[in-house]
Amino acid sequence: MSLSVSLTVNGTVRDVVLDDPRVTLLDLLRERLDLTGTKKGCDRGQCGACTVLVDGRRINSCLALAVSHDGADVLTIEGLAQGDELHPVQAAFIAHDGFQCGFCTPGQIMSAVGLIQEGQTGDDPERVREGMSGNLCRCGAYAGITEGVIAAQRILAGQNLAEQNLAELERKQVV
Amino acid sequence: MNIFDFVKPATITDAVAAASEPGAAYLAAGTNLLDLMKGGITRPTRLVDVNHLPGLDRIEHLPDGGVRIGSLVRNADLAHDLDFARRFPAVAEALLSGASPQLRNAATAGGNLLQRTRCAYFYDVASACNKRHPGSGCDARGGENRLHAVLGWSEDCIATHPSDFCVPLVALDAVVEIEGRAGRRELPLESFHRLPGNTPEHESALEPGELIVALRLPGDAAGFSAHARYLKVRERTSYAFAVVSAAAALKLDGGTIGEARIALGGVALKPWRCRAAEEALAGAVPGAGVFRAAAEAALGDARPSGDNAFKIELARRVVTRALTLAAAGTPERVAALPASPFASGTASGSGVHPHV
Repeated sequence: MSLSVSLTVNGTVRDVVLDDPRVTLLDLLRERLDLTGTKKGCDRGQCGACTVLVDGRRINSCLALAVSHDGADVLTIEGLAQGDELHPVQAAFIAHDGFQCGFCTPGQIMSAVGLIQEGQTGDDPERVREGMSGNLCRCGAYAGITEGVIAAQRILAGQNLAEQNLAELERKQVV
Repeated sequence: MNIFDFVKPATITDAVAAASEPGAAYLAAGTNLLDLMKGGITRPTRLVDVNHLPGLDRIEHLPDGGVRIGSLVRNADLAHDLDFARRFPAVAEALLSGASPQLRNAATAGGNLLQRTRCAYFYDVASACNKRHPGSGCDARGGENRLHAVLGWSEDCIATHPSDFCVPLVALDAVVEIEGRAGRRELPLESFHRLPGNTPEHESALEPGELIVALRLPGDAAGFSAHARYLKVRERTSYAFAVVSAAAALKLDGGTIGEARIALGGVALKPWRCRAAEEALAGAVPGAGVFRAAAEAALGDARPSGDNAFKIELARRVVTRALTLAAAGTPERVAALPASPFASGTASGSGVHPHV
């Protein structure tokens, strides 16, 4: 059986011919596209190490069939930084010791990016912890992860506000 | 995982035809199905991908105040639909207490009904399981069964249905819309799941090829919105299935209960509507004694299926507290820990058993 999918991965269109419908999105990223930043932990939807954004939403890529995601827009950890400039969530995980061994970190960071976009938690640490409950960290870096998510959320909110202000000023032709 | 044919029909009619073949299964998000296939528990020979079928991903607010939820609406989208959450707050709370944010972003309303039990012996292909392999026996009997059913179980199967979403839905008289080869039909959610009896492999009323296209809540269900809660006791605070859960909804008429709705989760192979408890509450003045009496009625037929007698008393206390919380009023916003007894504010209410 020959099945082909066309995905936009980190902004680039990737056409992939699958020889097997069983390929998960996780395995497609890692084994076919060499994007090994997305990790395979449990492979059963329990640990969150494989979290990526699909069409802007965080999901477990181990429980997604690639063949069912033809046309999807996928963002992985490799697509987050702008050149050498880290994404605010990546920078915040470093600043707040949001990891130890680092295996779960790409999934944690992608989940945090999704959480911030969802906009449901605010700065409430309890809501942030609940919102990150789909990502396990066996090193137990949870305290730093929670701090990092809240710090990154503030930075991103500030950037959004600055962009809005700039747009408003441009609209009024002040600048 | 076994090899399978993958088909992606363009219409519901084509999907039903494709799924009517023996061995076929529908694929929506796949958050449960792919897990089961990876474990060799389920081995469909054909997957019929319904994710792109038109018209199944809409939340439609109906003129009677009810809502029609397309079967492909994702859990997170439904829970965060403000209009829906305002009218059916216990359903939103139940959704947000289930699984993880990643899973809620993918999992569908229709798929939720069809998720399989989390019985460890069902998942372990080396164990005897009448549901997975009819006639092979039930290793849960006499095994690790402290989390198994206390209502509606049989000698052949003591598994539970894991859904949170279905619990307030069944309390609120949800209806399932189904498309099959013979056309469209609908039935109450309460009649959708089957008790195990001696055929635990038959889990629902669906015939081969039938597809859930929508769930409907009647306008009357929105009448409980001021006093509707979902309470879920888990072995960890987040991202765990219910040991016992309860949906409680009240219509308060002056100082008395006009109408009550109660359903239990985690206690049986289906979401368990407690009509005897509802009748016990109708016309009563809300209070601790009345709620405890309703809880006794709710668990009147319960009996342990193993090392799980504790679940019966736990369920009584969960019902009592869920009713107490519902009577106190639906909060403006779902708690940081949805449906958790540890959520701030959840422990309030006079006369509640202090150590539940």
